[in-house]
Order: sequence, then structure tokens, then C-alpha cells
Amino acid sequence: MTVVEFKNVYKSYPLYHHITGGIKNLVFNLPKALKEMKKMKFQALEDISFKIKKGECVAFIGRNGAGKSTTLGLIAQVLKENSGKVTVSGRISPLLELGGGFHPELTGLENIKLNGILLGLTREQVQKKLNDIVEFSELGDFINHPIRTYSSGMLARLGFSVIAHLDPEILLVDEVLAVGDAKFQEKCLSKMKEFKEQGVTIILVTHSISDVKNLCSRAIWIDNHRVRMDDGVEKVIPEYIEFFDISEIQSKK
Amino acid sequence: MKSHTLDIVLALTQKELKVRYKHHAFGYLWSIANPFAYAMIYFLVFKLVMKVKVDNFPIFLLCGLFPWQWIANSMGVGPMTFIGNAPLIKKVNFPRNLLSLVVVIQDMIHFFASIPIIIVCLFLYNKSPSLNWLIGIPLLLIIQLIMTYSINLFTATVNLFFRDMEKLLQMLMTFLFFLTPVVYKPEMIPEKYQIFLYCNPVAHLIISWRDLLLNSTINFASIGIATVWCLSALFIAQITYKKLSWRFAEIL
Repeated sequence: MTVVEFKNVYKSYPLYHHITGGIKNLVFNLPKALKEMKKMKFQALEDISFKIKKGECVAFIGRNGAGKSTTLGLIAQVLKENSGKVTVSGRISPLLELGGGFHPELTGLENIKLNGILLGLTREQVQKKLNDIVEFSELGDFINHPIRTYSSGMLARLGFSVIAHLDPEILLVDEVLAVGDAKFQEKCLSKMKEFKEQGVTIILVTHSISDVKNLCSRAIWIDNHRVRMDDGVEKVIPEYIEFFDISEIQSKK
Repeated sequence: MKSHTLDIVLALTQKELKVRYKHHAFGYLWSIANPFAYAMIYFLVFKLVMKVKVDNFPIFLLCGLFPWQWIANSMGVGPMTFIGNAPLIKKVNFPRNLLSLVVVIQDMIHFFASIPIIIVCLFLYNKSPSLNWLIGIPLLLIIQLIMTYSINLFTATVNLFFRDMEKLLQMLMTFLFFLTPVVYKPEMIPEKYQIFLYCNPVAHLIISWRDLLLNSTINFASIGIATVWCLSALFIAQITYKKLSWRFAEIL
């Protein structure tokens, strides 16, 4: 069963975030200004197509700015495609990134409650899982302190602990394993494997080759806003590494 | 799904209430101190200096200023409602207009909590609440909730695409304050300008509040006009939001 499908998807961002350069400019050069506005586009994704089946674990790899996070944003349905079609079926865990949606003035505990509800749990479910989440985070007494006092590693712990107790059908993970100490990273990894065994579809964006090898069976390499390669991890990763070695040598010359 | 929306609203409202006065020693007292401070200064200027002829002017002012403060607060934070929640909007797919709803609900709670203070002040002027309040207050709370929600949602949405909205709004709010009969009686406006009261979206709301709080009368004519305004505002705000909401995450 296909849970995520991209069909010839294009996504561009307008670069004129809001009317800058002042009204004066706009009024006096209206036709020219409008034309320029239309041209100022950033093409983030071009003609992307792929299918992800239920229970698959797929990694998106590629250099910074290639369009990985945009792809994830489209799957999470916070972004909308310009053309083509994105179809997603199933409960999605939101994109998670360090501390997204946390409020610095609230304590860890209060943030867990708020975040849990925002991420799709009901009030009772959060209440039921509260102890497990706190225990999983291993934050000890810090759980009752405002999270502005937390280190980035601690924030990541809190964030992942909430995610780990959600009940998603599709799990989206954006570079979250990179922070936190080695022991916690291991814990995250084993939790993700647990999800995998339960048949959760996992979609991962990462720069860590070892995470990809460890967790995923399939990798989609996005380069220059297009799919460059979409195959088993054992085929994509060697090429990916080779490509970067070559381009590094070339840039050194 | 419906109940989950409710959970989100409750959780966010709780958060806002907790966060709002976190760093202020006097906390909630500030939301009462504000109208009093303004009542004092307007009393000074309009009664003592300019000798405006309104009976019981201090309580007259308070009955207008408390509801006005709710409008001003909900409106003032409008431009920041979405920008301030950028991380959330970029990550989680939930109805974004709930953020506006949460802002106005917590302002409503603050207003509601100040009603006992108004009652105490009324007693000081030998006035008292009546049974009419039981009908009037819920009715006006709902109308004003819809009105402030619409203004907040509209300014929040527009401000994402046109950041000057924030500056514009600050100016508009001063205009709106003096064009609304908060510090004067609507009858004091010269006959030929009376018509403009109808063009002011919040004028009849404030008039209704004061008639209810000060004189315990339910002014059905004013409430009717306020209702028409609040429904039109809701319509405009919702359409603007619907048209633009899909771009929120990419523009933030």
C-alpha cells in the first residue's frame, strides 16, 4: 500500500517575501516591478516523483539546499505544491526539529503537555503517557524548570521524548539524531527501530551516513532540486560518497 | 477531531495565560490597572480641564474603557499572532486561525475577570447590576469575541504579506479610539455627523456595553448594528484567511 506519493511535483518560493523597496518604487515602475516580482522565484523542487509504501524506512540525502526539507514540508502538508500532486494517507507526525513549538518560559513538563496536544494527542492520552515521556527524557529535576535554561542537547531529548510517545503512521524526522549525547542517540535509534517493527513508515532527512545505513533500506538522493537516485541504501550510499569525494577533489584543484 | 480542536484551544489558552504575566510581579493586576490609569487621565483632561458635562464621569469612563481595552489588546497583538508563532506554523499542520481565537479568548477572560471590579465601582456611585446583565453580558461577550477574533485574524494574516500593517494599525487604533464614544456620549456628536457612528465597526459595541453596565439597559438597536458589523467582519476575515493560509509556512 502506498502511503506517500509524489507525482511530477514542482515547488517554488517567491523571493519577494513582502513588498520591499517601498511603495514608491512599486507605484512609479509598476509594470517593471511586477515583471521582476514574477521572475524572482526560487525553484526548490523540480519534477519530483516517488512512491513510499507502508512500513518502508526511507532516507532523503543530499547537500544543503537541495530541497530535502521542502520535500518533508510537503509531506507534512505545511507547504503546498505549485504543480503536480502530493498524496499522503495516514496520521503524520509533524516535522520535528530542535525545540520547534516549545515555549521557552514554560517548564519541560508544561511543554510536554502542550506539545503532545499540538502534535495530535488528546488531553487524556498526554496525561496517560506523561510519566513515560518524562522517564524517557531522563531530564530529572530539570523537567520542572523553564526550558530556556536547557542546553540544546536537553531540548533535543525533550523533543524526541514527546515524538517517541506519539502514535504516528508516518514518522518524519529532520536531522534530529545529530544532537544529544551518544547514549541518547542510541536510545533514539532503538526507539526508531521499534517504530519500524510496528510497521510505522519512517521518512528521515539526515547527513549522517551511519544513521541511514543503520535504519533505512532505501535512500532517495536529491541533488539540484531533482531526484538523482532512488534505490536501495547499499547502492545509493557508495555513489553518494564517491560523488562527494570527487567534487571535493575538484574543488581543491 | 472536533474534540481535538477543543484540546488545542484549551492547551494554547492555558499556555498564554501562564506566559503573559510570567515576568511581572503584579501580574493580573496590570489588566485592571490599565483602564483605571486611563480613566484617571481622561477624567483629568476632559472633566477638570475641559469641563465636559457628563454625570458620574469616572464610572462612565470605566464602563467604556474596560470593554475597549479588550478590543485594543486583541487588535494590538494581531500583527504578531502568526509571526510570533512561526516555529509552530512551519512544523505542525493544524488550523492556524485557532491562534487568533486563543488570543481573543484570553483577552475575554481578562475582561470577564474585571467585571467584579466594575460592580464594586458601580456600588460606589449608588448603582447596581440588574437581572438584565444575565442576558446582556453573554450576548455581548459573544458578539465582541467574534468581532475581536475577526480583526485579529485579518490583521495577523495581512501582516504576513504586508509587514507595514503593524505600523498602520498603531495609527488606526488611535483614530478608532477617539472616533468611538468611549470618552464621550454618542449624543454629544453633532447631528449631521451622527451617521458616521454607523461606519465605525466597534462604536455600537461600546455603546451597548456601557448602556448595559452603567444603566442596566439592553440596547437592542445598538446590539443589532454591532451584530451586523461583527458578522461582516467575520466574513471578510475568514475569506482573507482561507485565500492565503496555504502560504503561511513558506512566507514565515
